[in-house]
Amino acid sequence: MNEVRRRSAVHVPQGFGAPHRPGQSGPTFLDSRQYHALATRRQRLMVLGGLFGLAWLVLVFQLFNLAVFNGDRASGASTRIVSVDKTLRRDIVDRNAQLLATSLKTVTLYADARDIADADEAARGLMSVFPEFDYADLKKKLESERAWVVLRHDLTPRQHASVHALGFPGFRFEERPRRIYPKGSLASHVVGFVGSENKGLIGLERTLNDALASDSADGPVELSLDLRVQYIMRDELIRSMLEFKAKAATGLVLDVTTGEILALVSLPDFDPNDIGAASNNQLFNRATMGVYEMGSTFKAFNTAMALDGGKIDIDDQFDASAPYKVANRTIHDFHPENRWLSVAEVFMVSSNIGSARIAHQVGAERQSEFLERLGLFDRAEVEIPEIGRPLLPVKWGPTETATVSYGHGISVSPLSIAVAMASLVNGGYKVEPTILRQRDYDPGTRTRVVREETSRQMRRLMRQVVTQGTASQADVPGYSVGGKTGTADKPSAGGYDRRALITSFAGIFPSDKPRYLVLALLDEPKGTPKTHNYRTAGWNAAPTVGAVVRRVAPALGVRPTAEVSPFAETAQLASTQR
Amino acid sequence: MMKLARTDRSAWTELMFTVDKGILLCVFLLMAAGLLVGLVASPAVAERLHLEPLHFFIRQFTFMLVAIPLILGIALLDATAIRRLGFVIFAVAFVGLLILPFVGMDIKGATRWISLGSFSLQPSEFLKPGFIVVLAAIFASVTEQNRKQISLIAAAITGLVVMMLVRQPDFGQTSLIAASFVIMLLLSGAPRRWIITLMTIGAGLSVAAYITVDHVRTRVETWLHPGSGDTYQIDLSLDAIARGGVTGQGLGEGRIKHVLPDAHTDFIFAATAEEFGLFACLALMTLFSTIIWRGLARSLETIDPFTQLATAGLVSLFGLQAIVNIGVNMKVLPTKGMTLPLVSYGGSSLLALAITSGMILALTRKRAASRAVSHAGLVRGGG
Repeated sequence: MNEVRRRSAVHVPQGFGAPHRPGQSGPTFLDSRQYHALATRRQRLMVLGGLFGLAWLVLVFQLFNLAVFNGDRASGASTRIVSVDKTLRRDIVDRNAQLLATSLKTVTLYADARDIADADEAARGLMSVFPEFDYADLKKKLESERAWVVLRHDLTPRQHASVHALGFPGFRFEERPRRIYPKGSLASHVVGFVGSENKGLIGLERTLNDALASDSADGPVELSLDLRVQYIMRDELIRSMLEFKAKAATGLVLDVTTGEILALVSLPDFDPNDIGAASNNQLFNRATMGVYEMGSTFKAFNTAMALDGGKIDIDDQFDASAPYKVANRTIHDFHPENRWLSVAEVFMVSSNIGSARIAHQVGAERQSEFLERLGLFDRAEVEIPEIGRPLLPVKWGPTETATVSYGHGISVSPLSIAVAMASLVNGGYKVEPTILRQRDYDPGTRTRVVREETSRQMRRLMRQVVTQGTASQADVPGYSVGGKTGTADKPSAGGYDRRALITSFAGIFPSDKPRYLVLALLDEPKGTPKTHNYRTAGWNAAPTVGAVVRRVAPALGVRPTAEVSPFAETAQLASTQR
Repeated sequence: MMKLARTDRSAWTELMFTVDKGILLCVFLLMAAGLLVGLVASPAVAERLHLEPLHFFIRQFTFMLVAIPLILGIALLDATAIRRLGFVIFAVAFVGLLILPFVGMDIKGATRWISLGSFSLQPSEFLKPGFIVVLAAIFASVTEQNRKQISLIAAAITGLVVMMLVRQPDFGQTSLIAASFVIMLLLSGAPRRWIITLMTIGAGLSVAAYITVDHVRTRVETWLHPGSGDTYQIDLSLDAIARGGVTGQGLGEGRIKHVLPDAHTDFIFAATAEEFGLFACLALMTLFSTIIWRGLARSLETIDPFTQLATAGLVSLFGLQAIVNIGVNMKVLPTKGMTLPLVSYGGSSLLALAITSGMILALTRKRAASRAVSHAGLVRGGG
């Protein structure tokens, strides 16, 4: 056969329609049916070729994308690839040098069975060190001629020395670092954990991977956490979760001046020593990653916004005598006062109507500007990777202005709330949260968020919420707790679920000159006989914070004021005598 | 160079005159590239596994000594012989898959291998070219009257194969087999709505696998939401490509091979990128696309249905495997265990792809096309 004939066979139309003669040895002729089948196949072949072409285009595009336009990855990557798993990662400790994570050099015993001359002798020798080994199994392994037979992980130094002393050439040791978390689940979400390759996968272990993997000679990484406070926070949250049958809980303690986080708890949590057992629900960091509609806690921001603008006075009156119609919805109060309320009263009795009217008077533009200034529109950055982005209203109309004023239609993380709240009460300065210890905190670099006078007024109002308002159960004699409760219906498909609540309390102490902010949030708490079946924040989140303050204040060196000191009388006596 | 004359009827001259030299050259260049990258990348991997440094290289070299005659030998066959060979390979590999649960070895949680002394065979690799040839033979006899029956038979065979592979489990090969079936069905002239229906079912099954099979879900989620799972392998792969940049880090300067156990198999593309850079990757991709392009062009020229379908099918299989592998390396696709054809280390993979390439070469030979006409009975059977 030659080229010409092949061609003629290819260019079918030449033979198209020609009568078919059996046994013909000339050019191939196709009848119309065959011709159509061939035409279809060819058309589809071209489609196939086109698809392959497209696929290659995508691959080439991605190749250029990665190799040419991805310098960041290349520079960061070299450290990631190079940091071999043999480095002994640095310790992580709390502010009082309590150990949270450490690395141990562990030794694995393996055999290169090709170097074992006498498997029987070697097996007997090894059993003198490890009597628990099975002789038959061991002998089989040692006879296997395989280069890498693992015999035992985590040898003690004594076992290591004994096997070494046996002197068989086929036994080898491999040193591997192992990460240990002595405090287990106590600070699991903050510390995180490393994977099997000794690289940090979540939490600080991930963010600080390069620093931690450098060299253990550099000394430990110091956290701002205080494990005593962390323990108490976790303990009280567990207690409340069980008592109120909540699905989850989270809480944190923040130094309102330095931004240092002393405790950060998200429940349920997990044991970083056994990450295989942890579910996604346990791994989820509710304090920083979770975003919630916080409800009335937001009224603190609304009130501060009104007072800080200078146009509204704390005694100005707003009409809360009847439900307030805004666009297509009507705003009600949970405990209607049915009268005009001052700005202070709106905050204290937690009036939705009053808050919405205040927000409308201030206006949407200033409202969103103010909330953005508090950092509520951005992720609250802290040194762990699990940070949630706030969910903001898509448009900012009159309805949104109203709902946001009492904490609905906007979802932020508990950490965001704590940080914004801290700026309101610490004299009005922006707080940069951190979980690393700030040894040389320099107050000179702070930027102002609200006026000092506003901050003073907010402190007083928050104290009144505890003494006269919804949060009386958060009070701890002597520590002057202030704060704001929030009870929100949980958003559900197409609206809100009235049966499921998120309750929270953000408390400060001592409220005349706050040092710490304590926030507790419960996910779907239930009523109990003790709370007369109430489920609102004042009955569960507020007492949780109260219990935490009662226990942590002495540890943190906050001195109780005279009103409760057991020595109060003596002290007064002494002062009157003088 | 041996002098060739048309009058010389020896097998070698016959081959040299008729074979598609472009495809042949690309096949050998790919194998050579595999050997070269293997020489650079595999000692580090071998070291981690406490093997001799050249362990993988020597083995791969040995496999090539088998693979090259295999390619040339198969390339000499005509269409009829290819069809027979395909059926035999399919039957043997199918039986191999059947008995796998009883004689197979577990590697990384999947039973895919039959051990033959120091060498282990992976039947599913060999099954693929056989499967394509069988489908091509079946679809070649399609007429408008018997289209439904023929397609059902082909679908039944595909279903059987898929069931065996899912049992292992091997979702990479499963999707490759399923995609090959759809391509063959498409080429056989099936109505468009069949294809659409099939793709819908395929999508449904993928979703079902995603929901019910843990490691499939993990891989897809890792792909869609980095950070939700262990993205270690793929992160390293992307890092390696980025580190390689345009010019590469230089021979022996690669890092990925020290940390990634699959640097010489599934992630050899990333290892190449890291040491040799963008242009080496483009060169590799050019070799693959040349084989695909020339193969499809030859298929387009043929009129014999079997030759046409088998060529296109085998080329698609080859091309898809390359695309999936490179796609995984560059995170365009979720992680699947799939080798880079002819380049990755692995005896089963290399030998199976040698068979595939040999078949492609045989079917794209100049004379094979016209021979196929008489042998495959287009003239006799037509009309």
